[in-house]
Amino acid sequence: MSTSAKYWRGIPQRYRLEAEKCTDCGAQFFPPRVVCSGCGGREFEEIKLDDRGKLLTYTVIRVGPSEFCEQTPYAMGIVELEGGVRMTGQIADVDFDDLEVGLPIKIEFRKIREEGEAGILCYGYKFVPDK
Amino acid sequence: MRDVAVIGVGMQKWGELWEKSLRDIFTESAMLAIDDAGVDHIDSMYVGCMTSGLFVGQEHLGSLLADYLGVAPIPALRVESACASGGAAFRQAYFDVASGANDIVLASGVEKMTDVDGAGATYALSTAADAEYEVYHGITFPGLYALLAVAHMHAYGTTREQLAEVSVKNHKNGAKNPLAQYPFEVTVDQVLNSVMIADPLTILDCSPITDGAAGAILCPLDMAKDLSHKAPVKILSSAHATDSIALHSRQDLTWLSAVAKAGEVAYKGAGLTPADIDFVEVHDCFTIAEIAVIEALGFFEKGKGGTGAPSGETAMGGRIPVNPSGGLKSKGHPVGATGIAQIVETVKQLRGDAGERQVEGAKVGMTQNMGGTGGSCVAHILGKV
Ligand SMILES: [Zn+2]
Repeated sequence: MSTSAKYWRGIPQRYRLEAEKCTDCGAQFFPPRVVCSGCGGREFEEIKLDDRGKLLTYTVIRVGPSEFCEQTPYAMGIVELEGGVRMTGQIADVDFDDLEVGLPIKIEFRKIREEGEAGILCYGYKFVPDK
Repeated sequence: MRDVAVIGVGMQKWGELWEKSLRDIFTESAMLAIDDAGVDHIDSMYVGCMTSGLFVGQEHLGSLLADYLGVAPIPALRVESACASGGAAFRQAYFDVASGANDIVLASGVEKMTDVDGAGATYALSTAADAEYEVYHGITFPGLYALLAVAHMHAYGTTREQLAEVSVKNHKNGAKNPLAQYPFEVTVDQVLNSVMIADPLTILDCSPITDGAAGAILCPLDMAKDLSHKAPVKILSSAHATDSIALHSRQDLTWLSAVAKAGEVAYKGAGLTPADIDFVEVHDCFTIAEIAVIEALGFFEKGKGGTGAPSGETAMGGRIPVNPSGGLKSKGHPVGATGIAQIVETVKQLRGDAGERQVEGAKVGMTQNMGGTGGSCVAHILGKV
């Protein structure tokens, strides 16, 4: 079983959507990086991602990994936020028939899974349709 | 750099090999390759394996397998690039011979996947994706390729039936491969109506869980005639490229840029174009993967890969036969062994030894082996001497 360090290390991204912007070329990175893969720059400013975007693609997971077996079936997708950053996550509170490319999405903070018996509760962002 | 040839290949029947261990299946296939070449020793060896640590709780494979093959103390190294581990091991063996460091080198691949249950295998395979930003949220490999499929269908009008036709074509080829795990034909209706795994992909769009291994013996081309009575097959070029392992980080979700780059380098190295290739073994871990790969390798225009199987262009006897072996879909996909099995098939085809599934008059063959959703890709072009 993992120690808790890898979870608290991810809190700024998973709870608060903290990202960064290269001060040289303006490229945005989520999660933050040490070197800009666009221009090689090493200076960044912290930014907070927009919590709204649109669905680029989607699926419904019918056979899940062990820690998600009890949640199946569940929808997942890739969302592009208004600043251009893209991320993968679950789509909650959605009728599978309503899934479509371009669906407006709002990001919400939710429980993702429980790690094992008496394990760590893992939180993070999920996507919900933005009505 | 010296010219390099393949003088021996070996592979046993793949499947759920309950009675055999990882070390057993590796050693059997390595011995088949050594016997096929007819050599009395090897100077070094490489083993492609994605994750023996998660599948059987064993790392340090190079030494373990050299010991069981009875070749210690020669240098022996395990090579990992997720599902492209086999292709990457072959490339290291190629460099070992080309550089002059060693003369007779074994390139092998192995994966023993059935010692864990389905959930365990799903988890082990998921480690080829971004653990913190993809897998954390519950994605699976069928799920990632489903995301690619939906994006491709939306952008280019690729249809659910076109995906199914890839599975039908590969099973038709694999039905003629006695070493395949699932050597039987399937119909479009069977693919569409099988169990849904990740919409729109059903279980018959997915390559299976497989135990298997494969091996190849490489040597300098100018020593091939002295070392072996088998007709040598020359390695015309070797290429490797990388991309983000997170699918969402790619600008175009439908385009496998590492595959395109590896293809470009492989064509340039061999001085050839896609039109010069007589057949290709590609990494069809999912039906959509074959469609995206044949576009990235330049056999089809971007967005038109879906037409390959239904039109017959990728069938045996078509413009560019894709996966004469049956591909990962029918032959099986013991991840670390797949890249070497592609070499085994290509060498058999170029020797004219492919039996019922022989590509008539094949002189140049290509292999394409990728890791994850295309985060790594290895490509080789081989030619009849
Ligand atoms: Zn920059």
